Amino acid sequence: MNNPYFDLLMWARGPGFDIALTVFVAGLLIRVLEILVLGRKRDFSKAKGSPVGQGIKTIFTRSVPRKGLVKFAPITYIGGYVFHIGFLVAFFFFAPHIALIYDLIGISYPAMGRVIIESATALAIIAIIALFWSRMTDPVRRALTTWQDYLLLVLSALPLITGYVAVNKLFGDGTLMLALHILSAEALMVAFPFTKLTHAFTFVISRYYNGAIQGRKGAES
Amino acid sequence: MTATFERGLNALREQIDAPVASFFSSCVSCGLCAEACIFYRETEDPKYTPINKVEPMRKLWKREYTLFGRLGKYLGLAPQITDEELTEWETLVYDSCTMCGRCTMVCPVGNDITMMIRKMREGMSASGHGPVELMGAAVRHTDGTSPMGDLTKALLKRVEQASAVTGIEIEVDKPGVDYMLMLSSHEIASGEEMIASVAKIMDKAGKTWTISTEGFEATNVGIQLGNKDVAANLVSRIVNAAEKLGVKTVISPECGHAYQAIRWEGPNLIGREYPFEVRHIIEVLEQFRAEGKLKTNGKDDSRITFHDPCQVVRRGGVCKEPRNLLNMVASDFVETDDAGTMNWCCSGGGGVGANQRANDIQAKAFNMKKRQFEKVNPEKVVTMCAFCHSTLEDQLEANDMDEIEVLGLTEMMAEYLEE
Repeated sequence: MNNPYFDLLMWARGPGFDIALTVFVAGLLIRVLEILVLGRKRDFSKAKGSPVGQGIKTIFTRSVPRKGLVKFAPITYIGGYVFHIGFLVAFFFFAPHIALIYDLIGISYPAMGRVIIESATALAIIAIIALFWSRMTDPVRRALTTWQDYLLLVLSALPLITGYVAVNKLFGDGTLMLALHILSAEALMVAFPFTKLTHAFTFVISRYYNGAIQGRKGAES
Repeated sequence: MTATFERGLNALREQIDAPVASFFSSCVSCGLCAEACIFYRETEDPKYTPINKVEPMRKLWKREYTLFGRLGKYLGLAPQITDEELTEWETLVYDSCTMCGRCTMVCPVGNDITMMIRKMREGMSASGHGPVELMGAAVRHTDGTSPMGDLTKALLKRVEQASAVTGIEIEVDKPGVDYMLMLSSHEIASGEEMIASVAKIMDKAGKTWTISTEGFEATNVGIQLGNKDVAANLVSRIVNAAEKLGVKTVISPECGHAYQAIRWEGPNLIGREYPFEVRHIIEVLEQFRAEGKLKTNGKDDSRITFHDPCQVVRRGGVCKEPRNLLNMVASDFVETDDAGTMNWCCSGGGGVGANQRANDIQAKAFNMKKRQFEKVNPEKVVTMCAFCHSTLEDQLEANDMDEIEVLGLTEMMAEYLEE
């Protein structure tokens, strides 16, 4: 082989990915199970509304901000949406990623065009910068922020940046950039169960409980 | 039993369940709960960010209820909470949270932070960290019949007065009736109007009702202090009284936390279902209205707005009922901004109004309500919680706005009852 980075890429695609996937899946299973095993006591109050129905509904409805609040924390709200949507679009709808998903679980679907993927990537990176800045400067965000929050913003940005660079061959060796892109995604996967990234899965449970608790009383959620 | 730090930790451990674990697992420290909080909004001090108020509980959860936290414990990465920390958090948990529930409504991952504050207070009170007023009220209510001491004689006097005013015979401790009315001590202390209003409405609706001398006090300081033993004892008095009289429905009066206590927490506090129904008085009146058993005559022409009590509306789901009723008797009913589910607290709920140490911050928090009122400029404010009622009166007076009259919805409906 004449490319010195070929071995690194092969490791990233092979053993590296297997390790990351194992940590990701096993770690998340632990995180979800350690929530569910705590259980909750039976509720003896007579339900006025539908706890289960509203719990499920709230998993979706809570994705929309409550009226009038966006203006009080615009960076958090808008930055949050742009980042999440941008990241998910780039991750799920870029053709090579779909090929990877097909390899893993045998599901395939149409990819999005390059303009959309690249715009989503760029917007997500800008959103991360805005969120980072907001955590440093906004008093509420600053008081809540720990080193972990900054680390996670950086870890989330790296696959986006390296992916953009690799696809557009902006600089560096193409093989190296692709290896770095995969390795950065694997770093994110490994960090998932140990950090607040877990919310990407547990939000389903927490929103459900919120809706179920309010729904039992016939109150909005 | 005496309060100790260890007891507090154990009480807190008992509160950690799957919902709590899911909430802490999902929090991304976005800080959006701050924007929903009346105390943060009126002070802009980040320490009032709701999720920060339950930080000691989060630490305990992480250290003892997560695998990685337990591993981290051995590496010194998961700090234990200390008694000093609980002392520091006491004012955040009791003085600057009315458990109004707005944070619960805005959290993007759905964290019920208000419920966690309620749970946090169990640990606080068990470790001896609670406002003296609430602890004193808990003792008085446990020893007597209300947080004001023994109100039985006062109650009987009010019943007598209400009978005299309305000319309707009111029998206490009457078995086999449809409804058993509870009252908040405020309503007993302030006069006979509430009892008289209910007597008139029940009489017109053709319903039988009573008040039990063995379980009439609706307020439950155990809920506000966060002491489930106190709370369960107070709930069981009502349950025993209702079962003894064999009533079909217990009426929770115009009181916010009383409704949470008797209807939603109560069955879980005593560990069983009730053999009777529980309804807020306004739900009962709405049912009468829907059945054509509540008819009114004439309307109040003043400019009237409605104050939504958090525990009855946002956290109780009784939102359209008061509006249906108010529209029957008010010709110029105007809503404030954020009315209904996202209303702003009167500033006195969750034990804050009883806690003298919180007077200054409460006065600041009231500015939100004040500006809302200034915007719609009402002559009267109607509400359906006796504590909101007296808080609004006190705060309006303190702000030289006492030309605004505060009214209870039940009394207002009774006033316009068709003769």
